[in-house]
Amino acid sequence: MSGILGSDLLIEITYLAATALFIFSLIWMSSPVTARRGVFAGELGMALAIAGTLLHHGIVDYKLIVIALVLGTIIGIPLGKVQMTAVPQRTALSHAFGALCVTLVGTAEFYLPREAPMSRFMISVLCMEVILGALTITGSLMAAGKLQEWLPQRPITYKGQNFVNLGLLGVAVVVAVFLVIHPERTQLFPAIVAIPLIFGVMMIVPIGGADMPTVISLLNSYAGLSAAAMGFVLNSKLLIIAGALDGASGFILSMNMSKAMNRSFSNVLFGAFGQEQTTASGGAEAKPVRSATAEEAAAILSAANKVVIVPGYGMAVAQAQHKVRELFDALTKRGVDVKFGIHPVAGRMPGHMNVLLAEADIPYDKLLDMDEINGDFPQTDVALIIGANDVTNPAARNEPSSPIYGMPILDVDKARTVMVIKRGMGAGFAGIENPLYFLDRTLMLFGDAKGFVGNIVRELSGGGSH
Amino acid sequence: MKMDLLTSLYVFMLAAFIGFQVIKRITPLLHTPLMSLTNALDAIAVVGAIILAGEHKTTLAAILGTIAIVSATSNIVGGFLITDRMLKMFKSSGAKKA
Repeated sequence: MSGILGSDLLIEITYLAATALFIFSLIWMSSPVTARRGVFAGELGMALAIAGTLLHHGIVDYKLIVIALVLGTIIGIPLGKVQMTAVPQRTALSHAFGALCVTLVGTAEFYLPREAPMSRFMISVLCMEVILGALTITGSLMAAGKLQEWLPQRPITYKGQNFVNLGLLGVAVVVAVFLVIHPERTQLFPAIVAIPLIFGVMMIVPIGGADMPTVISLLNSYAGLSAAAMGFVLNSKLLIIAGALDGASGFILSMNMSKAMNRSFSNVLFGAFGQEQTTASGGAEAKPVRSATAEEAAAILSAANKVVIVPGYGMAVAQAQHKVRELFDALTKRGVDVKFGIHPVAGRMPGHMNVLLAEADIPYDKLLDMDEINGDFPQTDVALIIGANDVTNPAARNEPSSPIYGMPILDVDKARTVMVIKRGMGAGFAGIENPLYFLDRTLMLFGDAKGFVGNIVRELSGGGSH
Repeated sequence: MKMDLLTSLYVFMLAAFIGFQVIKRITPLLHTPLMSLTNALDAIAVVGAIILAGEHKTTLAAILGTIAIVSATSNIVGGFLITDRMLKMFKSSGAKKA
């Protein structure tokens, strides 16, 4: 007995080709030079697999399929055309859509009349599919809501939160186990959809904005794994492989993110972020800082040989990336070597800063990740920090009592001069004071990121025309 | 049936290994488009939904299958579109200067 995906040779061949194309798609994603070819391979594989599926002899009614495909396309087009700044919430939303599909199919499969009852193994995989899918639906919707700022971004924590959350998930697993042992108790099934739906909401409640890169990656992984589980239920190798690839991708990204925030592996696996955000009592007395005007900053920048710009989420919020590009152009024209140093968790999802800067037309070979740029700072004349805070905090390197001690940072304090564009002296998301601001070599540039960079650019171009 | 399951487990394991090896090599520069691409690829789940809706074995299956097609298709279309849009923006400084 083969699964419902049938055994027609032609269909299987389209699936085989699609699988190969999907793997090529990911291989080509490794470099910006071949990446667009990767998208094409993915599209081709997808088209083949869908065309093959439509040939399936069991299909008696095409009307619903066509309507649904058209409707999905109508919804999909605007989702593909969102602003680049909205990409994190769009991504979260699409994780929810993917998980919704998997959960609905799993639910339908469970209630499908069949000649032979499902094996125990099948029921357990189906339960896993539905549990993972359901928690990803609400978890992703919550994440999207927070990123879109429809929900408060501030983490909401209470005592025993992890206990409540894990307990809830535990109940769902217990019910699932019971269902596997007593498959005739179908009335239990709605519970293993409903409980994870609630768990998904609870899981994201304690998550703050800065944890989003990890959470989005984790949800990506869950969505992939639930699709792979669906592949087991339907006996579809194509789905198992696509799900495993997506699951692996999300898993690697969340590992990267957790490493970049110095969080442990189990911390990520259980989604137990947020509770480390106990505010450190900052030094009460106001220490002296040195500040500078746009004119002074422009003079120092134009005298430099090497400048490294460190962007953070603040740049995205201020929509300053296009002004930053003007600064990049103005300095490059004067022969200054300008590069960008990008921390893995800068922004709200993996690679967020790169996309924003690429959109502003900054060449990608100037965008370097933390490991590539850190060796350059001692030879750098000016490190210009725009809207980043904790990822530049030297306390992470040399102050064991700091809550972020051990987190890998960009070594901006090794540059000859450090400039920080910042609205005021407020602490970062973790509420941790940044000793960087009190160094002798640090100049604080107080103001809005977009406005201040604009002023520097004006000074630079004014100086050039005289 | 037992054999099928075992084969599926082998396939899953091998695919996960390939996934780890391939994804590890992807530059952090492209992690955002990577996520939207894998998201679109993951929507291959649409094939299961198409069969559910098309076979029309029960009304419930047809309804759930249809909704599932809509949500997966929106991921396919939206995911590929935005991935390509993002990748188009990545230019090297060797390429034509604006």
